[in-house]
Amino acid sequence: MSDVLVPWDDVLAAYDPALGLEVHVELNTNTKMFCGCPAVYGGEPNTQVCPTCLGLPGAMPVVNGKAIESAIRIGLALNCEIAEWCRFARKNYFYPDMPKNFQTSQYDEPICFEGWMDVEVDGENFRVEIERAHMEEDTGKSLHVGGATGRIHGADYSLVDYNRAGIPLIEIVTKPIMGAGEKAPAVARAYVSQLRDLILALGVSEARMDQGNLRADVNLSLAPKGSGGLGTRTETKNVNSFRSVERAVRYEMQRHAAVLNAGEAIFQETRHWHEDTGVTTSGRAKSDADDYRYFPEPDLVPVAPSREWVDELRGTLPENPVERRARLQADWGYTDLEMRDVVASGVLVPIEETVAAGASPQAARKWWSSELARRANDAGVDVVDLGVSPAQVAAVQALVDAKTINDKLARQVFDGLLAGEGTPEEIVAARGLAVVSDDGALGAAVDVAIAANPDVADKIRDGKVAAAGALIGAVMKEMKGQADAGRVRELILEKLS
Amino acid sequence: MSLLRKTAAQLADALAAGETTSVEITQAHLDRIGEVDGAVHAFLHVDAEGALAQAAESDARRAAGKPASALDGVPIAVKDVLATEGLPTTCGSKILEGWVPPYDATVVKRLRAAGLPILGKTNMDEFAMGSSTEHSAYGPTHNPWDLDRIPGGSGGGSAAAVAAFEAPLALGTDTGGSIRQPGAVTGTVGVKPTYGSVSRYGLVALANSLDQVGPVTRTVLDAALLHELIGGHDPLDSTSIRESVPDLTDAVRMGATGDLTGVRVGVVKELGGDSQENEGWQDGVQARFQEAVDLMVANGAEVVEVSCPTFVHALATYYLILPAEASSNLAKFDAMRYGLRVLPEGIIDPSAEDVMRATRDAGFGDEVKRRIILGTYALSSGYYDAYYGQAQKVRTLISRDFDAAFAKADVLISPTAPTTAFKLGEKLDDPIAMYLNDLATIPANLSGVPGISVPGGLAEEDGLPVGIQILAPTMADDRVYRVGAALETLLTDTWGGPLLDRAPALEGVSR
Repeated sequence: MSDVLVPWDDVLAAYDPALGLEVHVELNTNTKMFCGCPAVYGGEPNTQVCPTCLGLPGAMPVVNGKAIESAIRIGLALNCEIAEWCRFARKNYFYPDMPKNFQTSQYDEPICFEGWMDVEVDGENFRVEIERAHMEEDTGKSLHVGGATGRIHGADYSLVDYNRAGIPLIEIVTKPIMGAGEKAPAVARAYVSQLRDLILALGVSEARMDQGNLRADVNLSLAPKGSGGLGTRTETKNVNSFRSVERAVRYEMQRHAAVLNAGEAIFQETRHWHEDTGVTTSGRAKSDADDYRYFPEPDLVPVAPSREWVDELRGTLPENPVERRARLQADWGYTDLEMRDVVASGVLVPIEETVAAGASPQAARKWWSSELARRANDAGVDVVDLGVSPAQVAAVQALVDAKTINDKLARQVFDGLLAGEGTPEEIVAARGLAVVSDDGALGAAVDVAIAANPDVADKIRDGKVAAAGALIGAVMKEMKGQADAGRVRELILEKLS
Repeated sequence: MSLLRKTAAQLADALAAGETTSVEITQAHLDRIGEVDGAVHAFLHVDAEGALAQAAESDARRAAGKPASALDGVPIAVKDVLATEGLPTTCGSKILEGWVPPYDATVVKRLRAAGLPILGKTNMDEFAMGSSTEHSAYGPTHNPWDLDRIPGGSGGGSAAAVAAFEAPLALGTDTGGSIRQPGAVTGTVGVKPTYGSVSRYGLVALANSLDQVGPVTRTVLDAALLHELIGGHDPLDSTSIRESVPDLTDAVRMGATGDLTGVRVGVVKELGGDSQENEGWQDGVQARFQEAVDLMVANGAEVVEVSCPTFVHALATYYLILPAEASSNLAKFDAMRYGLRVLPEGIIDPSAEDVMRATRDAGFGDEVKRRIILGTYALSSGYYDAYYGQAQKVRTLISRDFDAAFAKADVLISPTAPTTAFKLGEKLDDPIAMYLNDLATIPANLSGVPGISVPGGLAEEDGLPVGIQILAPTMADDRVYRVGAALETLLTDTWGGPLLDRAPALEGVSR
């Protein structure tokens, strides 16, 4: 069943969107939130478990101090207040991947609250207000075997891996984001993308959306244009890339408008985002009356970070994102337009790392903003998840700078990198991509080209140097692109002078 | 004197003097269990092989001159609510039938490190919910004083094992009186330490904010020796207090002189201390209590009457906080990872929820279900503030009453339980009557203060043991030991020997 969608412009004409984003950040602490098990990704199922994270009878939690530190640093970076005293709470509900059938989380006493973050959209800053950032533990992971969908419904049986159970999470919740209008999808994307940059700069998480280190839930509602009210919302889960965040907001806006235009009410529910088809489907009903029977976790003592400690952590914060963007633009000499593209395509951090690895800012931008961004778009992934690292990009550019390859050949090196063929140097060797700059071989090819294009040769002899391009093209074709174009040009001009 | 009749301290002395061995002592107790436990049913699981192996290791340490602790080689029984690696741990519930923990509770780890052979696991009300041990899914424990009567609860198994000389020592847990009330009705000593002073790691939680592990013994000195061994900070329990336990055996030695000069003893009006308002308090219990107070006064204590008006709300408060925490704690028993798993009948392709439902229906007893329902209700949105939230406020008021009382008195004193042991089955159909038995013990759990129950003699009308409770401020556990030891000395002198000498010998009993 496909949803009816209202054309985009019609949505904007009739409705104001309100956005809300809930982002879960999996911290990169060495150990889990409440026990000493390693908190690393991967590992054979159920090998990183103990009585506490398996919820065995009698086992008790102990708070990971490093996770609290990370939570406070995230809160400070988001301009939040840090609670002087707060508690964990139990969120009670039954699910097979929850070892205790309650999640140890925070309820009405979050460690961080009342903050904001300025995100840049089309060169302008848009302030997103943060309601809270709280600590909680991750659940295990269910794998539903059999059945067509991989979902629990229709599966033959399910397996649960508790390695993930108890990994520390920070949930960052925005206040309703109003007034974004047509930019709502872009604001949502920019927020998640720039939040990721901030998390990376803090060094508190790997923050990879494709691996679930960073997970976004998108809340959306529409209200009649100019009413200033809030409509009934839906919460779309499983939105695992920046572009999906943008697409999901747009999709839900168009779907909501269709429902509302038909005079029907939006059903408050969880919806699932489908990356492949670009649609959302109905999940379970979710109402404000969902009763998790929260109460303070009696096995944990309150968390009371001293003001001295908070101030000390404030001193460890990375640069403010707005200032940072201004500084990088100045350092790199990018135009406003170039910088806007870089920010919009979420490649600020990769470019910074590529420059740090030795490439020039222009070269780094060239690869990330065009070549790699295009490939990511074709593959339907975020560019940071494409599978090419900043160090590799810098290595490719170094080969270009050394004239071992040219830009065109470099694209083939990226093909090789994505195919896992080894380092850029290995790929150049294995694929035979090195540029030929040996005068003997080039000279022979130039002679062939001159002989085949006597008219062009005459023009050059007459001083029309610009015509050399045609001969260069012929030589490059002959040499399958692996010729040093600069040297070819010199040889042509020498021979025809 | 037979090995069975010796106290733990005497057994430790005999071991140190080379007069006996741990294997002899352990075997004697295993024989006694074999002889009487068919009638008493204090144990759910006896680990003869393991206990004897640990005893042999203990003897080897002694022979090498390297005992691990003062109690090295003295056997002990452990309440079945404490996780024991390699030994079944059922909490008296069908839902954990056959579960063998892969880890030791911290207190069990400390027992093993100190060289105490573990005789087995003792019976209890299911998940420690009850005051009679009748709610055990594996059948009740019988009071050694009268096999037709209850041994108290929830730790009836540990108290009965010690009272029937099946074990010189036992561990119990006390959430609302589960160590002290069984101690009272079996003529034994039970201590609830200050909340947080003994690790709860590995104690299958009933109500996390109330639970505390403590000693079950026949003398105050034995309790102090065991308490010092299990107490102290544990990094695995976040609520564990960092300060070390005060010197308890020293306090016992001081108290054992019987001199109470300068000690202010507070008689709590609301805990049976009001001679005008004695409804629900058995005459024989009140008589023994008054006698104990008089004896203390005669030996230098100053008695003051104190009033703790909020204590009348303690029971109601307790029965909101406990079920709330318990309802959440017990959610983990869902058949997904361990314990009982019941497939529902008549469902072709049961979902995980169907299996959870069928398992919990079959695996939990009525009292457990009753408290899960109560607790779920008390935490529900819209009721939270009125019930759980309100109960927490009353709890604070109860602590303030304690503070005010302790400003006037060094210790507080009351009967441990309002009655002596009642008959098996007598209160099974009347939960409220059962709950009322914990009236005097619950306030200590709500505020975290330490308490002891020491034998106070026999009630005239039924010849059954009465317990005297002594409470002290938080972290002043040494005071309960000092005053408890003094009262023990004074009363034992008037009886001309330990109270338990008057209990039936149980030899040749069978059921």
